Amino acid sequence: MSDSKAMTEAELIERFQSRIDDEQKIEPKDWMPEGYRKNLIRQISQHAHSEVIGMQPEGNWITRAPTLRRKAILLAKVQDEGGHGLYLYSAAETLGVSREELIAALQSGEAKYASIFNYPTLTWADIGAIGWLVDGAAIVNQVSLQRTSYGPYARGMVRICKEESFHQRQGYEIMLALSRGNEAQRAMAQDSINRFWWPSLMMFGPHDAESAHSGQSMKWKIKRQSNDELRQKFVDQTVKQVEVLDMTLPDPDLKWNEGRGHYDFGEIDWEEFKRSMSGGGPCSRQRVAHHVKAHEEGAWVREALRAYQKKQKSQADKAAA
Amino acid sequence: MTQDNLHLFEVFIRSKRGLDHKHVGSLHAEDPAQALEYARDVYTRRSEGVSIWVVNSSDIHASQEDDSESFYDPMDDKPYRHATHYVLPDAVNNM
Ligand SMILES: [Fe+2]
Ligand SMILES: [Fe+2]
Repeated sequence: MSDSKAMTEAELIERFQSRIDDEQKIEPKDWMPEGYRKNLIRQISQHAHSEVIGMQPEGNWITRAPTLRRKAILLAKVQDEGGHGLYLYSAAETLGVSREELIAALQSGEAKYASIFNYPTLTWADIGAIGWLVDGAAIVNQVSLQRTSYGPYARGMVRICKEESFHQRQGYEIMLALSRGNEAQRAMAQDSINRFWWPSLMMFGPHDAESAHSGQSMKWKIKRQSNDELRQKFVDQTVKQVEVLDMTLPDPDLKWNEGRGHYDFGEIDWEEFKRSMSGGGPCSRQRVAHHVKAHEEGAWVREALRAYQKKQKSQADKAAA
Repeated sequence: MTQDNLHLFEVFIRSKRGLDHKHVGSLHAEDPAQALEYARDVYTRRSEGVSIWVVNSSDIHASQEDDSESFYDPMDDKPYRHATHYVLPDAVNNM
């Protein structure tokens, strides 16, 4: 506590970095460079926004799920994602930013969220593809982030990863059922894979060489593995899963590379990535507009809560007097 | 010494950076600063912690054990929240 006041900035930075190099976590009350704090707020809030906006494409199918069981499962999954948003917003708040500021940044478009959620969910198979591929990609990233250097973020990730385990499996189970169905059902599943494969690969972000924050993030151990490493891991694990479905991935360049011990794969359409990231995705406007609408329509609940609290307090005061 | 005017504090210790604070017990103290020092003396004599939280016991609101049935009941009939609920082919079961 008091010793940090006596230290010079250079000494503080040195102690901070040596903690990180030493695999120790940074905790909220520790001194940290302003850049570290800013970088974390950006990444954690972007992650939180993704969890919350991600509820929309899936929520779209809750009322139309084919069976009661599927409906209950989807409801439970979307509920989990809302909880994940909360864990992450709380972690960001330990860095001195308020919930109001974070939400305002999302609604003004200043803050980003994963571009994958700007794609529409056109068929029931999309719910399968999202659970399997999108949550699958998110899990690869989140497993790595369990070792991030900021304590509250790392602990949030551990909690989230535990809950994620069923998301991917329920998605794959949907795909499995469709893959064993009739021709139309198989075609529907293949079409979902075709539409969600490339956006799933985009979830890992730009190539390492082009990633603006990557170098510093790795040095601070906010990120533990690079975008390209994580993307490769996801591709490698998914190929087997597609084979079990007896379906294909929409990439003619995908093939096993004996020398590397990994699958080679084609180039992502980075123009589409940029377009979708900067608000030009098929549903970008709709997603943010819906968030604003839900927030505004919830105003009366917040008001009612405040009124109730006020009433409770005045009654307690009267009783005490 | 009388404890009449002393406040009750709950003590939480983080044993290592990266771990959650864990409740370890409680103590009486005049104010938070004193509570922190007492907690250090009582609960971390063998370097059990790297960070201590003290919280006024009266600030803790707890769920009631008696209500637990109606409080937690709805969770019991949702096995699909668990990964093990989904039976997948062996080749992909490590998912
Ligand atoms: Fe999630
Ligand atoms: Fe998820």
